[in-house]
Amino acid sequence: MSRLGNLGARLYRGEVGYDFIGKRKIWYGVSILITITAILGVVVSGLNMGIEFKGGAVFTTDTKAKISVSQAQEVAAEASGHEAIVQELGNGGLRIQITEVDTAKADEIKTELSNELGIPEAKINADLVGPSWGEQIANKAWTGLGIFMVLVVVYLAIAFELRMAVAALIALIHDITITVGVYALVGFEVTPGTVIGLLTILGYSLYDTVVVFDSLKEGTKGITKQTRWTYSEIANRSINSTLVRSINTTVVALLPVAGLLFIGGGVLGAGMLNDISLSLFVGLAAGAYSSIFIATPLVADLKEREPQIKALKKRILAKRAAAAAKGESVEDERDDRESEDGETAGAVVGQPRQPRGHGRTPGNRR
Amino acid sequence: MAAPKKGRGSSGGQSKPGRALALILIAMVALTGGMFLSGHTTPRLGIDLAGGTSITLKAKSQPGKLEAINETNMNTAVSIIERRVNGLGVSEAEVQTQGTSNIIVNIPKGTNSKQAREQVGTTAQLYFRPVLTVTGGGPTPTGSASPSASGSGEPSATPSAKASSPDTASDGESKPSASTTTQGRAVTGALKKDETPTPSGSGAGETPAATETPDAATAALEKKFTALDCTDAAARAKAGDGVKPEDPTVACSSEGDAKYLLGPAEVSGTDVDDAKGQFDQQRGIWLVSMEFTDKGSKKFQAITKKLSAQQSPQNQFAISLDGEVVSAPQVNETLSGSAEISGSFTQQSAEDLANVLSYGALPLSFSEDTVTTVTAALGGEQLEAGLIAGAIGLALVVIYLVAYYRGLALIALLSLLASGILTYTIMALLGPAIGFALNLPAVCGAIVAIGITADSFIVYFERIRDEIREGRTLRPAVERAWPRARRTILVSDFVSFLAAAVLFLVTVGKVQGFAFTLGLTTLLDVVVVFLFTKPVMTLMARTKFFASGNAWSGLDPKRLGAKPPLRRSRRVNAPTDHPKEA
Repeated sequence: MSRLGNLGARLYRGEVGYDFIGKRKIWYGVSILITITAILGVVVSGLNMGIEFKGGAVFTTDTKAKISVSQAQEVAAEASGHEAIVQELGNGGLRIQITEVDTAKADEIKTELSNELGIPEAKINADLVGPSWGEQIANKAWTGLGIFMVLVVVYLAIAFELRMAVAALIALIHDITITVGVYALVGFEVTPGTVIGLLTILGYSLYDTVVVFDSLKEGTKGITKQTRWTYSEIANRSINSTLVRSINTTVVALLPVAGLLFIGGGVLGAGMLNDISLSLFVGLAAGAYSSIFIATPLVADLKEREPQIKALKKRILAKRAAAAAKGESVEDERDDRESEDGETAGAVVGQPRQPRGHGRTPGNRR
Repeated sequence: MAAPKKGRGSSGGQSKPGRALALILIAMVALTGGMFLSGHTTPRLGIDLAGGTSITLKAKSQPGKLEAINETNMNTAVSIIERRVNGLGVSEAEVQTQGTSNIIVNIPKGTNSKQAREQVGTTAQLYFRPVLTVTGGGPTPTGSASPSASGSGEPSATPSAKASSPDTASDGESKPSASTTTQGRAVTGALKKDETPTPSGSGAGETPAATETPDAATAALEKKFTALDCTDAAARAKAGDGVKPEDPTVACSSEGDAKYLLGPAEVSGTDVDDAKGQFDQQRGIWLVSMEFTDKGSKKFQAITKKLSAQQSPQNQFAISLDGEVVSAPQVNETLSGSAEISGSFTQQSAEDLANVLSYGALPLSFSEDTVTTVTAALGGEQLEAGLIAGAIGLALVVIYLVAYYRGLALIALLSLLASGILTYTIMALLGPAIGFALNLPAVCGAIVAIGITADSFIVYFERIRDEIREGRTLRPAVERAWPRARRTILVSDFVSFLAAAVLFLVTVGKVQGFAFTLGLTTLLDVVVVFLFTKPVMTLMARTKFFASGNAWSGLDPKRLGAKPPLRRSRRVNAPTDHPKEA
């Protein structure tokens, strides 16, 4: 605790810190890789849409089965290879819904059910069932999503600025792509629960990004009036100073979901919980990651293109170079070292930029 | 809530923490008390968790319209029924097709299933038809009795000569119910003009078509009219079956006390833009007000102009819903734009009808095939597993918070508890109030909301710690940290709330239910942080335990690595241009 608290303090003062902005190319690369994998996953293995979206077959019985509802669910799921929705009806019969199957398969399932349920085949009524989550619901959800994205960009552009809005949107799309991709790769069936999980992430991912941006906005206020730090350096410092908060929030949000996923779904074997908690777990983790590693560096990248910020950087670099040449004070010595660091880092990423490096965040050069 | 200004002058809770705390405590007590008083101590659960009622509707094949039962019409019917049963979007009802001609409607336990059954099946084929003839409800007894069908003081008295033709009075002994059942109010409605009354009387007084062309069809219709026994509910319902809107028809009043011979439909339900159930203060009755579309408004104007020039009863206008005449007001002048239907409505029936009119008519008529209860789709064990897992997860959160924040964790946990109580009681109360039902995804969403709520505390705590690291003592740190933390909390919560609001307004069904939960938890987060966490923090800052920076308080300056000297001093070399203070 004491060490953690100290770490927090040192992060706050900028004595320690990870160079998120400097190493951004690595993380962009990682993200692009994951995103491509996710897209490939969706394209190749496709999403396994559940019965709620596609409709499927429904088997109804009037008489009481000799096995319980949950047993029937297992039987149906095994026979069809899909998750089944089993409900007990008022008259003691069962209604079993299974996602889209062809006629031959449906007959097979019927036979299987008849054996397992102890009900003659003739008493099992098979029929087609339409989606309960129809196209209209889906279309409206898409419309809502579109409107929300436009509004949120407008809001963020007003509350912060357009570049931040764009970066937040990219981070959001990144999170959702990854989550959907993981879904495709794991092969879980997509249920309304999944979709709602995705929408939850939508809110959460932006929320998380906004908290970091708020700190960034505060840190960069009046940036052009000083000549000590470049935008990227301040951005990096903002991430580091909110890092403790980011980690704590993520842990607190992920723990209950992890409980649902690993204990509820894994150990206790609750099928439907898996669907929801997996999308939540992946999405929350991606959201926390992207707000730090993607969204803020993107803002820095975009900002550094602004003429004002560009000019500022030039001034700062010139000033530092001049100071280095003179080699006077302690601070200047540091700057000296920093410049070397910066050149190395610049060489590595193939783009000469402002100095950066471990512990080289602006705060310690007070 | 938009773009909060960064202000030092923080409000309420700062100076008077007691007041804010009292407010939220009163709210909590009131909500809890209300919950127990109302007897709904648990939130209503969705169909996936609690089961409910399943209604199977079968599309009625209508003579000559066999091809009407097709996929398109069935899907349209599904989406209309979906909106009807899910009017507020939070009741988690499910609607789907089964086979080629069935629709299954699943309604969660605890919904008023009788009302729901009435709503889902109503076709809502609304037509405005001119009245040609009106008599009492029974089969017309040979030319006799001039039943006063209308209570509106302008009795439609003598049935027109043709309609009373006695040729089909086969069951002549059927009750002379006409006179006894005519006290009904079904036809007492009056159309009230809302817009631009064009002076009446210009109409060229055409006689209705039916009287002009007495051909075979008309004769058959008249025969039907005479035989029609509106006192028999089954006959009443079937009176207008299979009739095209452009043909004249016979119909009963919905109470069975009058029967009508009606001309072709002039305006239909699709011409209605919007409808509302309203209480008329002056008359003390419930009515349904309708706004017409532009096209509907023109049609309505034309027909009222024509009718206002007629003699009674042919100046009457039958509003027929699913083949029954809800009301048949007289028209005295040309009307347009909007209309009101007044009949014997209760609040419930007025709102139901308005709901049905707003969401459109079903392209098919349905009969109720079966109604049965269904159990939860997710067995009880799933919910149990979820709750156990959630509890374990929460316990881990508690352990983490205590390990990291020590004494501060107490405030975080109290805040979570307050937020939990508010969420739970409000959800429980919304069940009976607006039919809110909680499904498994919503439960999971609420669990994620723990993260968002906890984040607000964490943002605030970290700010306080930062202030302490700057060398401040606790009390000023608590106050200085608040405006900044407040801004962060408001900005980020606003984004969440925006998502919830847009999704709630635009979408339908489960997504809408989710949006509602998200919006509710976000609002409660703000309420709890402002009215609970902040005041409690202010109060705690006054205690010795926290103010002295006890090692277990989570605010120990030494542990936080505050610049020495620790208290009541400023760092000599504190930079003024520190970016955080800019």
